[in-house]
Amino acid sequence: MLDQSYYRKADEIIAHYGRKASSLIPIMQDIQGEYRYLPGELLTYVAAEIGISEAKAYSVATFYENFSFEAKGKYIIKVCDGTACHVKKSGPILEALHKTLGLSKKKHTTDDMLFTVETVSCLGACGLAPTVMVNEDVYPRMTPESVVELVEKLRGEGN
Amino acid sequence: MKIQTREALQQLRAAAQATIDNYSCRILVCAGTGCIATGSQKIYDKMVDIARDYPNVTVEFKPHDADAHPIGIKRTGCQGICELGPLVRIQKGDKVIQLVRVKEEDCQEVFERCVLGDEVLDHHTYCQNGKFYPKPEEIPFMAKQTRIALENCGKLDAESLEEYIAAGGFSALEKALFEMQPSDVVDTVDAAELRGRGGGGYPAGRKWKQVMRQKETTRYVVCNGDEGDPGAFMDGSVMEGDPFRLIEGMMLAAYAVSSKDGYIYVRAEYPNSVARLSHAIARLEEVGLLGDNILGTDFSFRLHINRGAGAFVCGEGSALTASIEGNRGMPRVKPPRTVEKGLWEKPTVLNNVETFANVPMIILRGADWYRSIGTTGSPGTKTFSLTGSIENTGLIEVPMGTTLREIIFDIGGGLKDGATFKAVQIGGPSGGCLTEEHLDVPLDFDSVKKYGAIVGSGGLVVMDEHTCMVEVARFFMSFTQRESCGKCVPCREGTKRMLEILEKIVAGEGELEDLDRLEELAEMVKSMALCGLGKSAPLPVLSTLRTFRDEYVEHIVDHKCRAKVCTAMRHYRINPEFCKGCGKCAKNCPVGAITGQRKECYHIDTNLCIKCDACRDNCAFDAIYVDA
Repeated sequence: MLDQSYYRKADEIIAHYGRKASSLIPIMQDIQGEYRYLPGELLTYVAAEIGISEAKAYSVATFYENFSFEAKGKYIIKVCDGTACHVKKSGPILEALHKTLGLSKKKHTTDDMLFTVETVSCLGACGLAPTVMVNEDVYPRMTPESVVELVEKLRGEGN
Repeated sequence: MKIQTREALQQLRAAAQATIDNYSCRILVCAGTGCIATGSQKIYDKMVDIARDYPNVTVEFKPHDADAHPIGIKRTGCQGICELGPLVRIQKGDKVIQLVRVKEEDCQEVFERCVLGDEVLDHHTYCQNGKFYPKPEEIPFMAKQTRIALENCGKLDAESLEEYIAAGGFSALEKALFEMQPSDVVDTVDAAELRGRGGGGYPAGRKWKQVMRQKETTRYVVCNGDEGDPGAFMDGSVMEGDPFRLIEGMMLAAYAVSSKDGYIYVRAEYPNSVARLSHAIARLEEVGLLGDNILGTDFSFRLHINRGAGAFVCGEGSALTASIEGNRGMPRVKPPRTVEKGLWEKPTVLNNVETFANVPMIILRGADWYRSIGTTGSPGTKTFSLTGSIENTGLIEVPMGTTLREIIFDIGGGLKDGATFKAVQIGGPSGGCLTEEHLDVPLDFDSVKKYGAIVGSGGLVVMDEHTCMVEVARFFMSFTQRESCGKCVPCREGTKRMLEILEKIVAGEGELEDLDRLEELAEMVKSMALCGLGKSAPLPVLSTLRTFRDEYVEHIVDHKCRAKVCTAMRHYRINPEFCKGCGKCAKNCPVGAITGQRKECYHIDTNLCIKCDACRDNCAFDAIYVDA
């Protein structure tokens, strides 16, 4: 059972975008922005509030890669695997992250809820490939070594 | 302050220009995504700090203090040479110098010697073949470019409406609203033969005409800023570097087709673009340039931003409008086309960012001027993001018809570290590879198509001998397979099967018959998929199969990857000349594939080796190497 504060927050967000079907995506984006994931109960609530079926809300939420029903870490690390980063060897960077954080292609978030590691198709900073994005900051010219240093630095700040 | 008449806009333009003219110096810090990543925000903050503390230096402008000639510190859009960032330009009147690789600790020196003094700093100046280029327009990377869509990028404060207006912004809107009928605007764009920059190259004027002819009077203008092609960042640069120009272009389209509402659909991965566009829209609403009765005319227009949610397929027109409506972003069968039934089933002008960004200049300077640039069938310029194994990576804009040779060698400065040119991937996951023999093909919509590639949105990824073309094909296929929306069978199943075959070949388990199967599947998907993205998904495979078939065969028959990229075909060996017999590799090998006697050369059993790279990583003598 979610805390009442979640529903109050949802009400605020719904009021901002308006009670209409087309508000669904921006509402989900803001809820996820707030809680770093999309709590299922809240999605059901939103669907009822904006007058769409629960099934419809879920069908949209599951279609888009950005929505997650699982809680994500405090730091969401997105390894760019766009063409430019890929040919400049982004693969080893992802491997280094997985290794140092004990994650894999199946397990994206560390148990302490500090880090989530994902890949992204392009960050638009191809000139500085290979790149990594942490929350909304882009880090240029990464190497497997520097990404591990970055993780250590974030761990220091995050705890 | 509201701008409610043409005169008020012109007065504001004069005042804004006077403000700019009054600066003794402008420090233009690049705030494009690339330079922000290399730390340009810190440079900006530092410059503000330094300037603030200096005696007799006024930072920013106090409009009515006529005697003060302050220093303006501005954050601009992409200045181009992302590779050498953070970039800073120092502008004094007409004189501009380009500084490269400016770090926080360099700011004091730059401020004293370039801002207060008039020096050129060699260590922050672009240098090629021993020659220094302090002026941005003379740097070979810039000199060969023609900038229309990117005209203001890097020159103006990207968040300042005043600076945009001073640079001639909204003159085109003014001209359209007061001197032209909506049909004149459409005719001008049509006569200019502006073709859609999103990839398809469909004439924008024709699209607008079709919308204009619809009986339904509620119409929408939608901008596709869902730049999903990996390796492309042109549209992002326009959105974050010159948001007002994009908006002006959309307003002209809205006036032309009598639309009252517009939407900009921006990729979720572009937070800067969303922020700058939101800011720009809020500013325009504040001064009344968006809203009801713009400049006192009957023209009313509102603009909304939608953020994407990580689905590449939303770059397809009907999927994009479905996403704005709050649905799954899946393409639908056409007809009816977007111009007839687009957003909310209403006639919709849907163009890409760069297309809209070209419109103001076309209205202002006319169709003849526009057609004088570029080639006969493809007038104007095209932006490209130049990346991969190239000396100068960055954002460029060149006339249509420029050759790859000019782009890669003259503008791009050739391959990185003197590597050998192998191919350039153009058009992203919907495009193909062009090779040495295509270096002199003029890049325009029609010529490139003849060689099985497309200009596409404009991603150019340069590849050298260290790139495996089979792996590149696998990479693109894994992308399109992952991003396939699943609605139509040819794309959903076809990309999956093609990917399986490619993975098999890359893993060294391919058979020659796989190549025929691959070709057959590719042709099937190409002809039968529902949407443009599905139809073009097999192009990277077809293109590499045609041009680099020998590499595919080599992988299958010889189990050899000449670029030494495919792990399964990498053979780890120990160079006896360098091996000191320390045994560290054997200790690190997780599968016990390395054996040997101390102080003698060790040996790797390739049958046991899992190619994890642990031995090479840990060898202190660089004795372990990879053989193809």
